[in-house]
Amino acid sequence: MNTAECPECGGAISFKSAPVLHELIRCADCGAELEVTSLEPIALALAPTEEEDWGE
Amino acid sequence: MKVALICSLVRPEEKLLIEAFTKRDVAVDVVDDRNLAFDLDDLSHWQQYDAVVERCVSQSRALYVQRIMSLAGVRAVNTHDVIENCGDKFITTQLMLQHGVPTTKVLMAFTPESALQAIGQLGYPCVLKPVVGSWGRGVVRVNDRDAAEAVLNLRDELGGYQQHIYYIQELINKPQRDIRSFVVGDRAIAAIYRTSSHWITNTHLGGKASNCPVTPELDAISVAAAKAVGGGIVAVDLFEDPQRGLLVNEVNHTMEFRNSVPATGVDIPGAMVEYVVRLCA
Repeated sequence: MNTAECPECGGAISFKSAPVLHELIRCADCGAELEVTSLEPIALALAPTEEEDWGE
Repeated sequence: MKVALICSLVRPEEKLLIEAFTKRDVAVDVVDDRNLAFDLDDLSHWQQYDAVVERCVSQSRALYVQRIMSLAGVRAVNTHDVIENCGDKFITTQLMLQHGVPTTKVLMAFTPESALQAIGQLGYPCVLKPVVGSWGRGVVRVNDRDAAEAVLNLRDELGGYQQHIYYIQELINKPQRDIRSFVVGDRAIAAIYRTSSHWITNTHLGGKASNCPVTPELDAISVAAAKAVGGGIVAVDLFEDPQRGLLVNEVNHTMEFRNSVPATGVDIPGAMVEYVVRLCA
């Protein structure tokens, strides 16, 4: 099952396709930006905070 | 063929690139830049790759990674020169001027007093930007002398030395939009309008993306800007000035395109992968 729990709000997150390690996603319930930190089982953590030199 | 895709996080862009490399039968190792530790005396591990494609969200990491790849003798996309030239707004402006690419008027100053004088010389309203930064961070519109003094005072109080380098840009009377063109190699493969009711049209700040036709004029200035910073794969941000026509604002070395593929119908990640494959041929 491609599902996981949001570490911020506890909401259920389901993936339409298999996630990629370190993929960035957003929780539909609370809007938190999350990182996929493990695939089997799928685990999520809050994404790193934007730093001064981040960008394009 | 085998490439390393070095990234900080797998955003939609990196996911699309992984899919595009896989579709093209190119083996791709996704490398998290947070786990990297380079032995500068032995970089042989990296020589297994035909190319290292940099997709770091941190400009500093991107620059060092590709400098290290240069040391390892590994093909880099983009090169460290391009990252350096795009990552500092002054250097980008300098290169546009040196190569005769139409760009905005910019003044530079190093103290609040000289910056205030320069702003007065350029005229209100104008724009103050950090020389390093992205996604509209720290970009402010200065409407009058009171605002200028407030911003300059704040910047002066902040610790980082880069806060004390004042990049002062004319405010272009743009039609509530700017243009972003995507240059891959020697042509602009697609472009979008970024439209917003706010004076900053960055999509990170709510600007909406829609297709912008790549006219010969847009292609020419975009490719000229890309060549001026060293070529490769870049996104060029442009203003439409009512009198002067297209003007280059900035050039981005690790371009984001998640909103631009559906808006333009152009397979941007596919074109990026083809460029890397051609480079390695």
